[in-house]
Order: sequence, then structure tokens, then C-alpha cells
Amino acid sequence: MAVKKIADVLKNGQGFIGFTVAGDPNFDQSADYIVAMAEAGADVVEIGIAFSDPAADGPTIMAADIRAAAAGSTTEKVFALIAAVRERTDVPLVILTYVNPVFKYGYEKFLSKMAALSVEGIILPDMPLEEQASFLELANQYDRSLIQLVTLQSKARIPDIVAQARGFVYIVSSLGTTGTRAELTTASRELVAAVREYTDVPTAIGFGISRPDQVPQFAYADAVIAGSAIVDLIAADPNGATGAIKTFVQDMKAAWQNTSNNA
Amino acid sequence: MATTTTQKAGYYGQYGGQFVPELLMPAVNAVAEAFATYRDDPDFKAELQALLVDYANRPSLLYHAKNMSAELGGAQIYLKREDLNHTGAHKINNVLGQALLAKKMGKQRLIAETGAGQHGVATATAAALFGMSAEIFMGQEDIDRQALNVYRMTLLGAKVHAVQTGTQVLKDAVNATFQDWTKRIDDTFYVLGSAVGPHPFPEMVKYFQSVISEEARAQFLQQTKRLPDVVIAAVGGGSNAIGAFSHFIADEAVTLIGVEAAGKGIQTTQTAATLTNGSDGIFHGMKSKFLQSADGQIDPVYSISAGLDYPGIGPEHAYLSEIKRAKYVPITDDEAVAAFEFIAKTEGIIAAIESSHAVAYAMKLAPTMRPEQQIMVNLSGRGDKDVAAIARYSGVTIHE
Repeated sequence: MAVKKIADVLKNGQGFIGFTVAGDPNFDQSADYIVAMAEAGADVVEIGIAFSDPAADGPTIMAADIRAAAAGSTTEKVFALIAAVRERTDVPLVILTYVNPVFKYGYEKFLSKMAALSVEGIILPDMPLEEQASFLELANQYDRSLIQLVTLQSKARIPDIVAQARGFVYIVSSLGTTGTRAELTTASRELVAAVREYTDVPTAIGFGISRPDQVPQFAYADAVIAGSAIVDLIAADPNGATGAIKTFVQDMKAAWQNTSNNA
Repeated sequence: MATTTTQKAGYYGQYGGQFVPELLMPAVNAVAEAFATYRDDPDFKAELQALLVDYANRPSLLYHAKNMSAELGGAQIYLKREDLNHTGAHKINNVLGQALLAKKMGKQRLIAETGAGQHGVATATAAALFGMSAEIFMGQEDIDRQALNVYRMTLLGAKVHAVQTGTQVLKDAVNATFQDWTKRIDDTFYVLGSAVGPHPFPEMVKYFQSVISEEARAQFLQQTKRLPDVVIAAVGGGSNAIGAFSHFIADEAVTLIGVEAAGKGIQTTQTAATLTNGSDGIFHGMKSKFLQSADGQIDPVYSISAGLDYPGIGPEHAYLSEIKRAKYVPITDDEAVAAFEFIAKTEGIIAAIESSHAVAYAMKLAPTMRPEQQIMVNLSGRGDKDVAAIARYSGVTIHE
């Protein structure tokens, strides 16, 4: 199936990116949840590969990783799940995991598998700019995007980071780990502005976004990312969350209508 | 200073690097810059030296363990008595250095992981001395088996956080400490206790721990007119071992041996023998060797010793092993406990269960060597903290 490109789906802003851990709560159900997000209007779906020590994640996603591990998650099983999902949707897909599972699989083998399954990008939170050279060379060779993260601490590093940006730039809105937050800092507006000085690659803002009413304040970014909020829906009703996930994604998309994107 | 085996900044051959989230990179780089600035600064070095001598009780003794040597009937065994340092282990060497660096950087809050509790106690001690606050992250399982050290940290004014994620041991405490750092960066310094993590930590920990071999090398030359034939140290993450090795690395005639915790045996899954059973990976900020699945999931590990109960090893040890400059051998719980009892009865020294792993290997090696040969065992810490656990292990009920 001809798969959509991130640049195209996010070019007009007002995007929504959903996340789930592959295999949470099991592999069949997980495939349905990914497809449900796409059907409900998610512009991009991030698929997590569970890791034993998800140090950048808060308790919600950590618990999802444990459920996926209990469901027998392996890298090959995640690729098999993606292959199954690919038969059902043309939504752009991005893998999110930590360096070690990718390193053990082999960078080149992993990227070639991504290319074969039309997975456009990968997020590796523990591979900062300093350690990207060898991976980036291979990613470019296989035409895959290593999603760059920019944080409130990045400051002077921003030009060098976004020089490598492809797909979208992940704006980390808060300090700490992933997880839902009642209050979000406004400093991320300046962060997006700083990123835009150096690149036209779309910006997507995440870490702590969990409710539709939070969406309009992010009109300065091209998309919002919600991870833990979706994982919470799965935790609450592991085998019956399809409806809740669809409603959530629709509400998040609809929330953009309460704003104009010229902020 | 110490002989360096670094080829490019932060790498030892293929091992090392800085695999941390972007959120922490500026903080990690700030530590690297401060360390680069102060490591050769005469005032900083003088201030640290004064602390080591006047506060930590350095230099530590190099003690000829004649009873042990005679009993084992082979090489002469010398103990480098890091157990006699203030707070009872080598950990204070590194902590005083890092806390002083934190002070120079204007940080007010120290955070640290701890396994056996020795590093947590040392960090709490330095915080008390420097008027800083300290928060220590410790796995729930380690809190249970090292209750005495938990209380010591509290007495020193530190806050101890029980880490209840994952396997609830040292690895998880490291995760939790890094997580805490991402939440509060501006006023916080992560005092990493082992020669692991992202650059500059392995290099910095080695720098501060190399005082062990700097002293020992001079003490051997003074006391015996020659260098030891073998240096033995226990290895979890590898801080006491890299400190014991560093000034001997250039002396190719000196055999360097790191002793890993085999737990219930290297043929079982109840082990922490990383170089014996592990493979290349990237975790806790570094490329090194790790105990892990074929899929790159980090293994739960086991050792009777909370300080050696770690699925990885410092990158310089992975490198020294690869180039065969040092060799790494496993010692089981049973062997370590036997050594703990042996050194207590023959020398009147209650050694830490971590250090007892090094003693256990010396007990195997010494009888194969000649009486004119010399072994240095780095006695990295004292064993008071382990007494209750050893009693439990031996089936003895004591009232605490």
C-alpha cells in the first residue's frame, strides 16, 4: 500500500500523533489499537518497542512495557505486528525505543527492516546528537528519519540538532519523564520559535499532553503527541479500549478547531 | 596522573560514549567541562588532597597479610586497606572529588544511586560536610539487605528514596537517579558512584579513585623494593578496580585481575558476571558489556553482594578485557562467604562481601605462586554492613 509521508500529513499543522507500546496488552489487540488510532484521524502513530529499563519514561509507559514484555514482546514480533498493521493502514509510522534493542538487532538490519515495512522514522531517546553519526549515515542510506528531540535544556545545541532533522522535530515540553501533567510550561513556545529559525521540518510537541483542552495552547506547533493518555486507556480496559481510543483521538483532532493555526 | 587508555574523548577503544537523553546532555557536558577545568587546577587538587588526608584518613595502609600468606602457602598477600577510610570504603575518594566539583559548579543538591549503601553513605557524608542536601536512590531489595547503611544515611541527614521499579536493585537505582536528574537539573549534581555511565563519569571516577594505585605503587616500592606481581580487585561497575589498576596499567609485568560476582554460578541465571557471560550493548549512558537477552533486554542479575549486583561494567574494563591487559574471573557467593570468614579468622579483618570476592580469588591464586611473589588485594571496604546478611546466609539467627 502506498504509505503517506509525515511531511505531507503535518504540512498544514493541526496534527495529532498517537503512541502505543507494541504488544500492550497483547499483540493482536495492539494491532487493532494502532489501526483504530489511524482510523480516528491520527496523522502519525508512534509504536513503542518495550525495553526492560525505559529510563526516559514515567510509570504509565513503564507499566505498558511490562505488560508487553509479559505478552512475549521481541523485536521480531514487533516487526511482525507492524507488517500486519501495514496491510490495514497507510498512516505514517514511527518506532520509539531505546538504543540497546536496535544496537543488538544491528543498526543496518533494523533500518532495512524499517524500509521494507515502510516505517518512516525512529525515535531513540538515549541517542543524543553526539552519538548519532554512524546511525545517521545508515538511516540516510535507507531513507529513514531519525527523529530529533529538542528540550528546554537544548538552547545553544538547537542549530546542530535540527540540522539533522527529518520527519518531524520532537519538542519535549517538560523536564522529567513522560507522563500526563496538569500544568504545562509555556517555555515550549519559545523553543518552537527557536527551532523554526533553523528548519522547515514540522514540529510536534509532547511530554505531558493528555487532554483536548490542552491542545489549543499548542497552536504554535504543527502537531501534538499523546502517549501516556492512550496507554492509560489501555490500562483501564486492556481488551476493550478501541472505542475509548477512537473517541480520544477524534477529540484531540477536533480540539484544533478551537484555535487558529497562525499563532 | 593516571595512565589513560582513552583514545578519543569518552571512548576506550569501541567502549564508552555518552548515550543519554537530549534533556541531560547539556548537564552531562557541563560536568565534563567543569572536570576538564579543575582536574589539573592546583588549587582544586590541593583542596581535594587536604580533604583526603585530613578528613578521609589517607593514605590507606598497604598491609602485609602474613597469616593469610602463610596459611595459603604461596605468594605474599598485601591488602590495600581502603576499608580504613572514613565511611569504611573506597567510595569516599570519588565522592569527595565529585562533591568538591559540585561546589565549584555552584550546585547545592547531590543525588546518588547506591547498591550496598557505601556510596550513598559517602555521598551523605560529603553533603553534610559541605552543607549540601543529599538524596539517595536505593533499590527496595538493597534497602532490605543493607538496613544498617540506610539508617546511617538518614543519620547523616540524607533522604533515602526506595526504588520499587524493575528488579529493585542497583541498576534500577541508577535509572531512578538519572530520572530524578532530568526533573531537576539546575541545582543538582549527580554523584555517580561507579566507573560507569556517560562520559565524563567513567574517566572522572577513575581519576578520583586512582589515588588507590598511586599510593599502592609507591608503598610497594618503599616496603618491598618492587612492584606486585598481581593486583586483584572486585568488579561491579568497577570503580575500586579501576582505581587499583590505573597506575599499574603501564607496568606490563603486573597482572591485573578483576573479580566478578558469579552469584550462584556462571552457568545459572543467578549471576552478575558481566564480562564472563555478557555481550556488547548500550545502556546507562555507555557502550560496554552487559548481561542481556538476544533482543537487548537487560537481564535481571543476582549476587549476594548488593555492590556487585549490576548487569554492566565500566567501559574501560570492557576495553582492558578486550585488549587482554586485564583479566576478569568469576567468584560465587559461596566462595566469597568462605573468604569473608577466612580473612576474619586469619587476619582479624571483617571485609566487605564485595571485597571478599577479591580475597576469594587471591585464595585460589596464591598457592599457585612462589613465596617471593606478591599479590595486592584491594580491600575496598569493611564488612560491618554485611554481618547480619552473612549470619542469615549461614543460617545463624542474631538479634540486631
